[in-house]
Amino acid sequence: MALDAKIPQGKMEEKWSDYKGHVKLVNPSNKRKIEVIVVGTGLAGASAAASLGEMGYKVKAFCFQDSPRRAHSIAAQGGINAAKNYQNDGDSVFRLFYDTVKGGDYRAREANVHRLAEVSNAIIDQCVAQGVPFAREYGGLLSNRSFGGTQVQRTFYAAGQTGQQLLLGAYSALERQIALGNVEMFARHEMLDVVMVDDKARGIIARNLVSGELERHFGHAVLLCTGGYGNVFYLSTNAMGSNVTAAWKAHKKGAFFGNPCFTQIHPTCIPVSGDYQSKLTLMSESLRNDGRIWVPKKQNDTRKAIDIAEEERDYYLERRYPAFGNLVPRDVASRAAKERCDAGYGVGTTKMAVFLDFADAIKRYGKIEAGKSGNSTASEAEIIALGKKVIEEKYGNLFEMYEKITGENPYEMPMRIYPAVHYTMGGLWVDYELQTTVKGLYALGEANFSDHGANRLGASALMQGLADGYFVIPYTLGNYLADEIRTAAIPTDHPAFVETEKAVSDRINTLMNIKGKQTVESFHKRLGLIMWDKCGMARNEQGLKEAIVEIQALKKEFWSDVRIPGEIDNMNPELDKAGRVADFIELGELMCKDALVRNESCGGHFREESQTEEGEAKRDDENFSFVSAWEYKGESNWELVKEELNFEVVKPTQRSYK
Amino acid sequence: MEHYNMNLTLKIWRQKNSKTAGTLETYNVKDISSEMSFLEMFDVLNEQLIVTGDDPIAFDHDCREGICGQCSMHIDGRAHGPWTNNTTCQLHMRAFKDGDTIVVEPWRSKAFPVIKDLVVDRGAFDRIMQAGGFVSVNTGNAVDANSIPIDKKDADNSFMAASCIGCGACVATCVNSSAMLFVSAKVSQLALLPQGAPERESRVLNMVAQMDKEGFGNCTNTYACEAECPKGISVSNIARMNREYLSAGLSTES
Repeated sequence: MALDAKIPQGKMEEKWSDYKGHVKLVNPSNKRKIEVIVVGTGLAGASAAASLGEMGYKVKAFCFQDSPRRAHSIAAQGGINAAKNYQNDGDSVFRLFYDTVKGGDYRAREANVHRLAEVSNAIIDQCVAQGVPFAREYGGLLSNRSFGGTQVQRTFYAAGQTGQQLLLGAYSALERQIALGNVEMFARHEMLDVVMVDDKARGIIARNLVSGELERHFGHAVLLCTGGYGNVFYLSTNAMGSNVTAAWKAHKKGAFFGNPCFTQIHPTCIPVSGDYQSKLTLMSESLRNDGRIWVPKKQNDTRKAIDIAEEERDYYLERRYPAFGNLVPRDVASRAAKERCDAGYGVGTTKMAVFLDFADAIKRYGKIEAGKSGNSTASEAEIIALGKKVIEEKYGNLFEMYEKITGENPYEMPMRIYPAVHYTMGGLWVDYELQTTVKGLYALGEANFSDHGANRLGASALMQGLADGYFVIPYTLGNYLADEIRTAAIPTDHPAFVETEKAVSDRINTLMNIKGKQTVESFHKRLGLIMWDKCGMARNEQGLKEAIVEIQALKKEFWSDVRIPGEIDNMNPELDKAGRVADFIELGELMCKDALVRNESCGGHFREESQTEEGEAKRDDENFSFVSAWEYKGESNWELVKEELNFEVVKPTQRSYK
Repeated sequence: MEHYNMNLTLKIWRQKNSKTAGTLETYNVKDISSEMSFLEMFDVLNEQLIVTGDDPIAFDHDCREGICGQCSMHIDGRAHGPWTNNTTCQLHMRAFKDGDTIVVEPWRSKAFPVIKDLVVDRGAFDRIMQAGGFVSVNTGNAVDANSIPIDKKDADNSFMAASCIGCGACVATCVNSSAMLFVSAKVSQLALLPQGAPERESRVLNMVAQMDKEGFGNCTNTYACEAECPKGISVSNIARMNREYLSAGLSTES
């Protein structure tokens, strides 16, 4: 099957407005007869469900958490980008577009990214109108800060809780539509398969996670807004429940999977402390605005940070990348940290950490504050106290979180940080309309592959989730549904529903009847180790080939020796997890396969065979300027279909942040 | 940070489902590191139970970084345990010492029925939000964000109220099972902003009416909610909500 990305004709900056001007519409009386299923209620799902409800569609929304407000978008900390140019520092839609394509190392689809930059401003307007309390200046106007990979201040934020505030905004819009009867909400439900009728997605099978019952739900279209799959690595900054299951079931029903190996390893996370570790916690990239990253110049230096003199410190990002310094993109910062630690310069008990130090920023802010109050004779201690207050206002909740986890006070000593899996740029392949290769099945937000190429810039995930949900899908979905107005709701006793439900039920029974010896968690941990060692921050041919063999063996072992306690017809979190881990194992194999085929380095995908003399990622545009879209062909069998990337506007060059 | 290992006795509420009665069961865990989180200690216990053929303990949790609001354990008589301004998932084992006995119960409130073990149903909070916890602005209706300047003090106070994570600790800790802190946080967030003004009166009246309907108790100003709130939401929000309610009641025609 050939891929058609359905990119509109015309100039880059006119494509989206032309598209909107000519797209098919569904009239209000027909919208009332059309049902749309939205799976996942994070930024993409909640904004899509609310907007479609407002438009008059009959929406059913699903989430596995106990309330839509808890989706993991809520944990995003630093901010959301928009091309408002409120800071008068030269920002524009073009620049946001350009930075995003470049930041993604020229592996994103230009037309999608341009649209994202175009709608970015409307997102901020919409959120403010909902009452999202963004940070403000004393004049009452919105405040901005910088994020990695850019030289302008375009990031809007609400302390270190931007994701929370944006999600609560979208959640409030969703709850309003629930109250109005336009959206029906199914919390504590997990989608376990897509129902196909005549080659179109026509509904889902969902499991009620409280009663264990399987349910059939019809929809004229199905939207997957189910987030990323970083938990394939076991340890990640994702929530414990974040999973690939919905996307994976769609994949097995014909939706191609795009760039599965493109994973973002975030440079600033709290390091692993022991084997019992269940998840990793991010320290927002916004901290790199003020924190300086360093390691000792001496190898295996065990002194405390405070005892290491200034001239004995190596501020390696500032040294290697003077133009961007501590604000290089995430992939670059992560690899640089790994390089230093691998070379023996790491700090802390495990030696797998670097320092993120705020001492300079505290002094700098303290002096400014003292100056503001006319206190020109402020003592060092007074300056530090004033500076700490400023840092507290900007990052207070992050510092508090750090202290709770590590027991160390980051106002007094530098944080220890290390890279961790954070985001997946890969996801279901979608065309310009966000439709997958299955008709009527759409993927929004992190669940799709489309906008971030091989590396996502900070503060762009929130932007993309809300762009897809508020401002893209309300237009593009109509183009499909306009031809569905004559399709009456399909009763759920249709054979397609009955058969799909039976397949889901059979799989659950098979899992429960294995009655082996090893826990689901132990399999998940082993998968995570394979992925982290061989498909993590650095990858090579031999490691990837070994990983594929190991994962296939792990899969066999899982299906013959997993032990799932409890019952099918009751709340059973172990059973929920077992289904997710089974899917992660299969995805892990595909990720390694994808990483193996892509014998170039780009963004977060670093093939050791392809690097510059200075150890930077080396792209190979001649051979790899394409999106890998994988078609499922049966067990451990995929076919690669390529979507060639044509850069009309931004000409690919070797990325440089020096 | 010095770390140490400990052996603990746990007394944990077990309840098969909402229809059956529950009871406290005793478990022992060994060699728990002080660097573990409280929920990681539960992971260790659950792995033990699975291996010995017992049903693991069901508990709510998701982000494990103190922001989603899903974790909800009553630990040694306190919502979210012994640390202040803290969620269960951010509680770490260095809060305990070798030989301790720890009692863990679910949120206790009629409005939050137990689903299984430590898992409760907080759907009442969503329904209160549906009654008015929003600004009625459809997608696409917004004016330019900077055309609505907002006094930084109001914006900051609004943000502080908005930082509520909806975990329900305020209800669980209140002798009356009152939801006033939760409801007042949302009412305050929007009452402090010009965007919230058009629906100011209907919002507070409808949210309070729904709160009463869900079976939450009244507020008797014990301030326990503020003391146990993991996000430090202030009871001054309750005072603001009372003013809003009174003023809305006086000015609304009946």
